[in-house]
Amino acid sequence: MSPDRYALALAQMNPHLGDLAANREIIRQQIASARSAGADLVVFPELSLTGYFLKDQVPAMALRADSKELKWLREASRRISIAIGMVEESADSLFYNSVLYFEGGELRHVHRKCYLPTYGLFDEQRYFARGRALRAFDTRFGRLAMLICEDMWHPSTVYVNVADRALSIICVSSSPIWGMSKQELPENAIYWENLTRFHAETWGVFVAYCNRVGFEDGVGFWGGSELIDPFGNPVCKAPYYEPAIAIGEVQMRRVRRKRISSTMMRDEDLDLTINELIRVRTGSESGAIIGARAERDAFAAPPPVRRSRKGRS
Amino acid sequence: MAAALKTQPDYPRPEINAPLVHKLLVAFIRNEFHKVGVKRAVVGISGGVDSSLSALLGAHALGPENVLGIMMPYKTSSKESLEHARLLADRAGIKTLVVDISPQLDAYFERFAEADRLRRGNKMARERMTILYDHSADFGALVLGTSNKTELLLGYGTLYGDMASAVNPNGDLYKTQIWALAAEAGVPEKIVRKQPSPDLWVGQTSEGELGFSYRQVDELLFLMIDRRYSNEELLEAGFPEHFVRRVSEMVRNSQFKRRLPVIAKLSERTIDRDFRYARDWGR
Repeated sequence: MSPDRYALALAQMNPHLGDLAANREIIRQQIASARSAGADLVVFPELSLTGYFLKDQVPAMALRADSKELKWLREASRRISIAIGMVEESADSLFYNSVLYFEGGELRHVHRKCYLPTYGLFDEQRYFARGRALRAFDTRFGRLAMLICEDMWHPSTVYVNVADRALSIICVSSSPIWGMSKQELPENAIYWENLTRFHAETWGVFVAYCNRVGFEDGVGFWGGSELIDPFGNPVCKAPYYEPAIAIGEVQMRRVRRKRISSTMMRDEDLDLTINELIRVRTGSESGAIIGARAERDAFAAPPPVRRSRKGRS
Repeated sequence: MAAALKTQPDYPRPEINAPLVHKLLVAFIRNEFHKVGVKRAVVGISGGVDSSLSALLGAHALGPENVLGIMMPYKTSSKESLEHARLLADRAGIKTLVVDISPQLDAYFERFAEADRLRRGNKMARERMTILYDHSADFGALVLGTSNKTELLLGYGTLYGDMASAVNPNGDLYKTQIWALAAEAGVPEKIVRKQPSPDLWVGQTSEGELGFSYRQVDELLFLMIDRRYSNEELLEAGFPEHFVRRVSEMVRNSQFKRRLPVIAKLSERTIDRDFRYARDWGR
């Protein structure tokens, strides 16, 4: 492996609901399989250590990020980097739906889910505290960012991640089957597959999407985990509805090649976005102004309004 | 050529991808049974399409040798029902048992001879439920349900009777979707195509009793429930006002059948209100 080229494994598992010991066993086996297949980084789904529809089990399943209970993951990460979803308890006893990144024997990053879906079959805000940060972070594979399921349905999260110079986005998920029609996939799975491709192609990044499978109280999870390259092509894809490991190679030169032909990132104007968002947020026409160009514009008089006169148009 | 306003041509219909749903429901049954350590199923087979589908899905998920289909005719039940149940059992290769419920029904109603056919029909459904649960203990099985979404929404079923089960593969499929899936799963055509009937009294048909066809009501329920059309939008889509009103009332008035009995809130944590766990808790 090198920072320019590494193998990423998507461990599409079926966790037991509220059985840490059973899930730990599955995860150990998956880590071993990923390693023996030559993976450098293995990604597990959202809440893979605990199961998804935890409801009142959330506090009983929660672990502190520095917990002794996670020592086995820290140890395992000496040989393979690991991104894994679990219930994370903060020092002030709030419970987060988090994804933890372990590498080189230590915890490197925690992302707490920012957008907790609370509609339809989802009830996350009832049980979880809301994450308040979107941060890219450095790894031996270069700069990554992690999102959890619903986070990615908000385009702003990916936008912040790529602005923060992430070159790969890992999205862990427990996406249920809903919206059955005549089509080959449930409606939300079709939407997901558009979403991962859209972001990969638009920003010229790799998107690793790791979803779970199995059923909880009759709700099925559709799997279909995949690694999408910056051209929107799947590098590897796990089957739908069945446990599997899919392993694909991330070649960073593809990011470079994509960004030569598509200059979205080069041309992206953060100041424009920030200024307009501040204006929208404050409700004032002038708003707060950031950046040299904007400052100059702010002092410039607005263009005069020309009234048309008769005979002229 | 003049530009024309494009409108959405029609409203969406409750269609399914039958091979995909078949695969998902087989996985669902296998998963929900195996995680509680049960390999076998008991299902009441009436010769109708719902129980035929449920039994076949059970056979596909658990193996036909692990499914027991119980036929529970009453003396007035149609002979065709029993024939069709046998036909289905042969096709599915499942084990069968016949329990004639006439003696126990008649013994009970000797004391209450004035009971009307609705009471008698509900009693039959509940007798059948006790037989299924009794044999599920004997066979080391869970009871596989048969109620479909149309009937669950309309309340067209007997509470603690045919509505009772441990795992129900049919419950999120409208009747017309059940027909499509049944044909795909291999339910004999004559069972799929026949007029639906609870067969609780002679000559009873579901559509006759409900006063509308499954096709009509499924299209309405799909828009009303799944797609959340307002009443105004339903009228615009062409459904008659009295039909919309009647079906809305049936759904609302039968809500109790889809819930646990109501419990008075006294403690800090009351079951199903603020004591909330998944059924698959710890599985």
